[in-house]
Amino acid sequence: MYSKVLSLRFPRKIVNEPVVVNLVKKFDLTFNILKATIYPRKEGLMVLELRGHTKNYQRGVRYLKEMGVKVESIGQDIKRNDARCIQCGACTAVCPTGALYIKRPEMEVIFDSEKCSACELCVPTCFSHAMEVKFDRMLAG
Amino acid sequence: MAARKGTKSIEVINRRIRQGKVVVVTADEMTEIVRAKGPARAAREVDVVTTGTFAPMCSSGAFINFGHTKPAIKAARVWLNRVPAYAGVAAVDIYIGAAEPAEDDPLNRVHPGQFKYGGGHVIQDLVAGKRVTLEATAYGTDCYPNREMRKKVTLDELPYAMLMNPRNGYQNYNCAVNLSKKTAYTYMGVLKPEAGNANYSTSGQLSPLLNDPYYRTMGLGTPIFLGGGRGRIIGPGTQHNPRVKRHKKGTPLAPAGTLMVMGDLKQMDPRWLVGVSILGYGCSLAVGLGIPIPILDEEMAAFTGISDEEIFTQVIDYGNDYPKGQAKSLGRVSYAELNSGTIRFQGREVPTVPLSSRVRAREICEILKEWIQKGEFLLDEPVEPLPSA
Ligand code: SF4
Ligand code: SF4
Repeated sequence: MYSKVLSLRFPRKIVNEPVVVNLVKKFDLTFNILKATIYPRKEGLMVLELRGHTKNYQRGVRYLKEMGVKVESIGQDIKRNDARCIQCGACTAVCPTGALYIKRPEMEVIFDSEKCSACELCVPTCFSHAMEVKFDRMLAG
Repeated sequence: MAARKGTKSIEVINRRIRQGKVVVVTADEMTEIVRAKGPARAAREVDVVTTGTFAPMCSSGAFINFGHTKPAIKAARVWLNRVPAYAGVAAVDIYIGAAEPAEDDPLNRVHPGQFKYGGGHVIQDLVAGKRVTLEATAYGTDCYPNREMRKKVTLDELPYAMLMNPRNGYQNYNCAVNLSKKTAYTYMGVLKPEAGNANYSTSGQLSPLLNDPYYRTMGLGTPIFLGGGRGRIIGPGTQHNPRVKRHKKGTPLAPAGTLMVMGDLKQMDPRWLVGVSILGYGCSLAVGLGIPIPILDEEMAAFTGISDEEIFTQVIDYGNDYPKGQAKSLGRVSYAELNSGTIRFQGREVPTVPLSSRVRAREICEILKEWIQKGEFLLDEPVEPLPSA
């Protein structure tokens, strides 16, 4: 079983296609939508967790790309600005996936983007605005 | 007073610093040394122990004089980047407090508020060399007729800027849990309901006042690392309270001593003065503070040899008790337990969350150690000790 959180950016022409449903029908994948926004005259954005056998997952992602969907692993979208991070640890109170965790005994605060689900809970919790959401900014433009 | 065997004076230590012979270790290293060799030998071998802490410290701020304008003004209300500063000091003297939010901040109207920009951020921006908008209004006098001014200033252009923090370096602090049924957004960070997490904020065995529990070496005039530059302790901080219950090794079991500190803002570094936003609570400033402790004798070696296993704090409920003003200790935990990632509380494991950076505290200890080793930083006898009982 393989699972990964992806951000999908849909170009305008396929916003109305049942692309995600096809992932289930054609590739036997399951998904959990974490965030979806579709702007009428712009692109659509969806953050979802995709789960299934590795082979099916890869075929599913290939299908999405063929359809013109821009697929990115979410780790590229929630970033920590390490220059801003003061290594306090306050964010670890809210991170549900353990993507933000404390390495002991050094007490270093690590951000493991692979584990991040893009829930954004850390964004307002962070003391020094170090956790940055990249995709919101792109869409806002 | 007869000099005890192995007793060193500050004068002797300073001579050793000037000669490049001084032995300086960090508080982490001292813990190991005392554990291995005992306090008597440690006192003979070590001259200075460096301590440090880096965490949000409310009760910080800066006195600024922004210079006379043409025509002259007696500023009655002043804003820096829309953050109100206290102008009731003198014509062009102000105090900008770290906890002050920007004038148009939505505060907690949509709870929890984000408090994106405040006094702490202004201080960091100034130290980073950024241009800050200064606005002032006035009622006008014969000598100061101007009623309004607005200009952009940088720290370099300000005639005077002094960081002056009324309360820093708390000697120990509470471990916070939330026993209510909903999330609490506090100055101790986000606390999930029913003791979902336990937050704490000191640098434990690195923390300045935990290494000199009875303030034997600290007081008015003690030179310190402050905000990346040099500063001095200028007295006990607000809420300084030495009379709390203590562990047999001297460290308090609850919040106790505090420091008032000051230093010229112009020689500080934005890496060590960071504007902070605390969700649902407000703005603050993370302050880097480091204090060198002279190892005068065996007792000081024993004090600075303290380890996280021997430093304890109390667990306080910030969901119900604290807001009602009825905080009471619900248990005692050591910093070793807190640093381990979970504490045992009311029969179950609760994950712990630090708010004070160990990594950066360690970095301060190292920087201060280097300054002293290079002969750039000398110690001073306090002119007046902190009240210790
Ligand atoms: S967005 Fe932040 S809180 Fe959420 S999983 Fe990622 S790192 Fe953790
Ligand atoms: S709360 Fe922000 S500044 Fe603190 S450790 Fe987490 S990411 Fe870094």
